[in-house]
Parts: sequence; structure tokens; C-alpha cells
Amino acid sequence: MRIFLEDAAGGAHVPNPLMPEWVEVIIALVVFALLYLAIKKWVVPAFEKTYAERTAAIEGGLQAAETKQAEADAKLAELDAQLGEARHEAARIREEAREQGAAIVAELREQGQAESARIVEHGKAQIEAERQQAVTSLRADVGALATTLAGNIVGESLDDDARSTRVVERFLSELEGAN
Amino acid sequence: MISAASLIRTESFEAPGPGIFDLPPVFSIGSFDVTKPMLQLVLAGVLVFGFFYLASKQRAMVPGKLQFAGESGYNFVRNSIARDIIGGHDFMKFVPYLLATFFFLLINNFFASTPFIQFPTFSRSGIAYALAGLSWIIYNAVGIHKHGFVGYFKLQSVPSGIKGPMLLLLVPLEFLSNILVRPVTLALRLFCNMFAGHILLVLFATGGHHMLVHGSALIKPVGILAWVLAIAVSFLELLVQFLQAYVFTLLNAMYISGALSDEH
Repeated sequence: MRIFLEDAAGGAHVPNPLMPEWVEVIIALVVFALLYLAIKKWVVPAFEKTYAERTAAIEGGLQAAETKQAEADAKLAELDAQLGEARHEAARIREEAREQGAAIVAELREQGQAESARIVEHGKAQIEAERQQAVTSLRADVGALATTLAGNIVGESLDDDARSTRVVERFLSELEGAN
Repeated sequence: MISAASLIRTESFEAPGPGIFDLPPVFSIGSFDVTKPMLQLVLAGVLVFGFFYLASKQRAMVPGKLQFAGESGYNFVRNSIARDIIGGHDFMKFVPYLLATFFFLLINNFFASTPFIQFPTFSRSGIAYALAGLSWIIYNAVGIHKHGFVGYFKLQSVPSGIKGPMLLLLVPLEFLSNILVRPVTLALRLFCNMFAGHILLVLFATGGHHMLVHGSALIKPVGILAWVLAIAVSFLELLVQFLQAYVFTLLNAMYISGALSDEH
């Protein structure tokens, strides 16, 4: 179907461009309908599926990261707690050791002091005994020696024991008193 | 004084007219003539579908070049046209239609500037009528489906917030503009842009050629200028081709959105 306009110059025919060629209308509709159906069936679902998968992948990645982060946080907290516990334990042990050490030292000091006191006491007693012994023997010896010496000097025997002993005793007492 | 008529021998130059759109058949099957715009329609359909099919079937999380290009085109129609205008929950139903419309128009319009094709498919009015008529059927069907027959025509014809005798004036106007005129403007806007653009290009190209070949020495440089202008017009046409495809799709989305809305 085609309608021709009369050319201004007259005679020649030119087609009216506003009048449709019906074959073209039908072909346009058919091609467009096929294109629409193909896009609806294959293209749009594929794109939408890709978008959905991409969204899921990104959200899943974020979620996984969050889970990992939470796990790491929990582990860190646990380790912190363990560390604190260990520190506490170490402090307790140190304190205990210090106390024990102090107790041991005190005990040992006490023992040492007792021992030294005992040794000193023992020494004192021994010395006293020995001195007593020496005093006794000296007293006798000194008396005899003095008597002998005096006898020799005087040239006569001073065998009057009782007297000589008395003299010696007195002398020695004076001596002791002078000391 | 040299008159303009003596410089350009207009009688030998035949300006391009509507006749240049009446192409002889490329080949014939029996008595059926297959013309260039018919082949272009099929080629555009194959190209659009082929591109989107290949781009969408990879479905990689990190898209390659082809997939990225396809997704960009798809997103443009899906988000910038369908979602922004129709919006809400039911825009996805119209994405395939709008995607097909936009890229089918875009490729067919670009054919006008494609070497060796150089013919805008939609400069054939029947093809523009077909898509505009389809759009008219779709948005009216969508509206009638949602609001019912009476409800839909009330929505499209009776402006809200207006009472009394003004309605007598407005109801016919609204009905005219929303129901009757829309498909006509939709079709004519597209068809006339493509038609005029092609005539303009042919005029500059053939006119430049004519002046260069048949013009006098003074006129020949003007022929060169015409060709330079033809190149400039070609770039302008590229913009027009994109804009017409965009506007056609955008208006389609707006008509659908209007038919779905609850208030006029």
C-alpha cells in the first residue's frame, strides 16, 4: 500500500513518507517481539542472577570476615585471661617463696644463734674449768716454789708447814686482791 | 554584479527529497521484496541480542571487558530508566521491554552513521509506528490491568484536585493528550528526527559534490565547506540518534509509570 503525493511541479509522483509500508510494520513488530522474548528469557535472568550472586559473595565475605574477627577477638581475650592468670600465679609463687625464704632464714638464724650461744657457753665452762685447774695447780706450785725460794734465801728450812701455808695463803689473797 | 543564479546552476542539481527513502529491494523472494530497512531490523535484533547474550552468560563475579560493557548498558536501562521512573517493587517486570526498546532503537539509529549501511531504519515511518503502537498498547494494558477499565480512564482523564465546570474543559484535553496524542508524538518525534537528519546529511554531501564538480572556481571552495559541515552534522546526528533512543525509552517508562500510579 502506497499513497503518492502530487509533486508541486506536477506530473511526477513522490511517495508520502508518512504512510507506512505494512510489511515493515509487521517485520518490525516480529523482530522486536523476538528480541524482547530472547532478552526476557536469557539476558535479564542471567544479569540478575549474577548480581544476586555478587551480592551474596560480598555479603558472605563480609560475614566470614566478621566471624574470623570475632574468633580472633575471643582467642585474644582467652589468651589475655590465661596470661593474667599466669602472672597472678607467678606472683603468688614468688610471694610464697619469699615467705618461705624469710622463714628459713629466720629459722637458720635462730639455730645459728642457739648454736653459737651453746658453743660460747661450752667454751666459757671449759675455760673456767681449766682456769680453776690452773689456779689450783699454780697455787700449790707457787706456794712450794716460794717456800723453797724463801728457804733457800733465808738459809733455813721453813718446814713449819702450817705457818708457811698460812703465809702463802695470805700472800696469794693479797695478790688476788691487787688484781 | 554576478547574480547568485549564475554562480550555481540550480537547474542541474536535484535536491534530495522523500524519494531517497524509497530504496529498491535488495533481493526478492518470489514476489516479496526484501528491502534494506528490513535487513537492518533483523541485523539490529541479532546484534543487540548477541551482544547481551554473550555479555550476560559469563556471569563472572569480577566481570571482564565484555561483561562489564553489557552490565553497564543493562544497568543504565535497569537503574537509570526503569527503577528511577517506574520505581518501587514492580519495575523489574518492564526491564526486558525497556532494555529491548532502548538498544534496538539505538542500534537502528546508529545504522544511519555506520559506514556501508548509512540508513536510519526509523526513517521508515511504518517501523516507528510499530514501536509507538506497541508502547501505546503496553501502557494502556498495564493501566487497565491495574485499575480496571473505568478506573484507568478516570485516572488518565480526570485531574485530581479540580472540581466543577473546569472539568468540562480539562477532561477532554487530558484524554486527548494522555490517550490519543501520545503514540502519535512518540512515533513522529522518532521518525521525523531520523528522516530529517538523513535528508540533511544527503543534502550536504550531494550538494557539496555538485558544487565541487559543476560549480565555477568561486563556488568550488563552498563545496569543500559543505563537506566539512556534513562531517559536523554527522556528529550532531550521533547525538540525536542516542537522544531519540533515550527519549523514546524514557517516555515509555514514564507512560507506564503514569498508568501504574494511584493518582494523576
